[in-house]
Amino acid sequence: MPAPAVSVSDLTVRFGDHRVLDDITFEAHQGDFVAVVGPNGAGKTTLLKVLLGLASPDNGIARIFGKPPRESDSGVVGYVPQIKTLDRSFPAQSIELVVSGLYEHWPFSLSEEDRERALDALRHVDAEDLAERALSRLSGGELQRVYLARSLIRTPRVVILDEPATGIDVVGSTDLYELLDDYQETHQATVLMVTHDWNAAYHHATHVLLLDGRQVGYGPPETALKEECLREAFGHIGHAHAMMIGDRHE
Amino acid sequence: MSELLDAFQLAFMQRAMVASIVVGALASYFGVFVVQRRLSFLGVGLSHAAFGGVALGLLLQVDPMWVALPFTVVVALGINVVTHRGDIAGDTAIGIFFAVAIALGVVFLALTPRYTADAFAYLFGSILAVKTSDVWLVGGIAAITLLLLPMWGRWAYASFDRDLARAGRVPVQRDDLLLSVLLAVTIVASVKIAGIILVAAFLVIPAATARLLTSRFRSMTILSVSIGSFTAAGGLVLSYVFDIPSGATIVLFQAVLFFLAFVFHR
Repeated sequence: MPAPAVSVSDLTVRFGDHRVLDDITFEAHQGDFVAVVGPNGAGKTTLLKVLLGLASPDNGIARIFGKPPRESDSGVVGYVPQIKTLDRSFPAQSIELVVSGLYEHWPFSLSEEDRERALDALRHVDAEDLAERALSRLSGGELQRVYLARSLIRTPRVVILDEPATGIDVVGSTDLYELLDDYQETHQATVLMVTHDWNAAYHHATHVLLLDGRQVGYGPPETALKEECLREAFGHIGHAHAMMIGDRHE
Repeated sequence: MSELLDAFQLAFMQRAMVASIVVGALASYFGVFVVQRRLSFLGVGLSHAAFGGVALGLLLQVDPMWVALPFTVVVALGINVVTHRGDIAGDTAIGIFFAVAIALGVVFLALTPRYTADAFAYLFGSILAVKTSDVWLVGGIAAITLLLLPMWGRWAYASFDRDLARAGRVPVQRDDLLLSVLLAVTIVASVKIAGIILVAAFLVIPAATARLLTSRFRSMTILSVSIGSFTAAGGLVLSYVFDIPSGATIVLFQAVLFFLAFVFHR
């Protein structure tokens, strides 16, 4: 039986005396779209950092296709960081950022082959026209597409995204989720996305991991996003639960 | 004009010219990473740390450059280690090491008989002080930097986004240590030309000027190195013509280019 794409078992991460993540256990298989949902400080980004090999667990294990994240094969994981972390003063064109995903260093020059691959990746996210544009001149939605092209250029089997819709309007975020759905279906990839957007989690994810430092729920959106689970994680949910309307993406 | 050409027949002027051009190129090459990572204060901190090493050299009556070199490297590594522990912010760590190095320098100088003239040469730079061994030192650093040119892509990547680079398995912490050490030795090698007080400008101004004029990191690097070496050579000539200190002249020349770029860039 093949190893799960992502497996986390009894994972605990502490910052000093504070348990940021406490005893988290879940598995995601090829073709799963996992939305990680929870209030601020719930440990969502810390979980992503563990899966990317940027943070070490104090207890428990995390595996990508059976290997510790730092030992997973190059190109298996594609990562889309929060765009608010981008240094817009860095002098670069979109195509350079995309090519950086090929080699994991900043390109000094672009070969014809690099350029073709980058343009192809940009074409897939409908952003070919942004190739020569300076990063500082991109809107939030455009930048997110470029980051997505960068993360997908090596056709990763696992795509990890940290709040990809932050700072993007409704149309832009809908387009982004549809691109993710399309990639996941075409390549049977596993998508793991931290989000504050319950609607996106409900409509696009196959599984939802609801966190509040500890694991409040994990399962299909209909189960994990039940009102009592959300109330347990967030304290109160106002009218938000009623907003999760419409058909789920199938 | 012929007087100027005659001057550059002199061995000390030739040494100063070669050292200035190479130091100008080196400092402005590392400067692009300093500027893009917002580490200008690190340049100031390390140059003043060199003061502690120079003063120790004067006290021990050995060539101050060869004491300042390990002294500044240790300070650079210390700043790096303290910062990476995560409890102390980078600028705080630089501020602490900077103050300790200056305090040590003052104590060393106080213990050194008849120090004033030598110390002033290091504080403000003096082309007369550039020896053949200094040219070899600068040449050695340039050779190492050339060998490490493939590191440009990794340093640039981590300058863009450290977490992205770390997620891509780039050994960012180890690369940072190497960059800090090279920065420290470049600063020490620049001290005789620029002076301890002004050497940080060699790192910052050419790179900042290049940033204003370009929109790609590659061209920023090439332009910064060009500006650094050109202003070092031009500044040295101007300093001879007007009989004023070389370090200050080079920095003022760099500053003129920066303000022109600032006014005229789109």
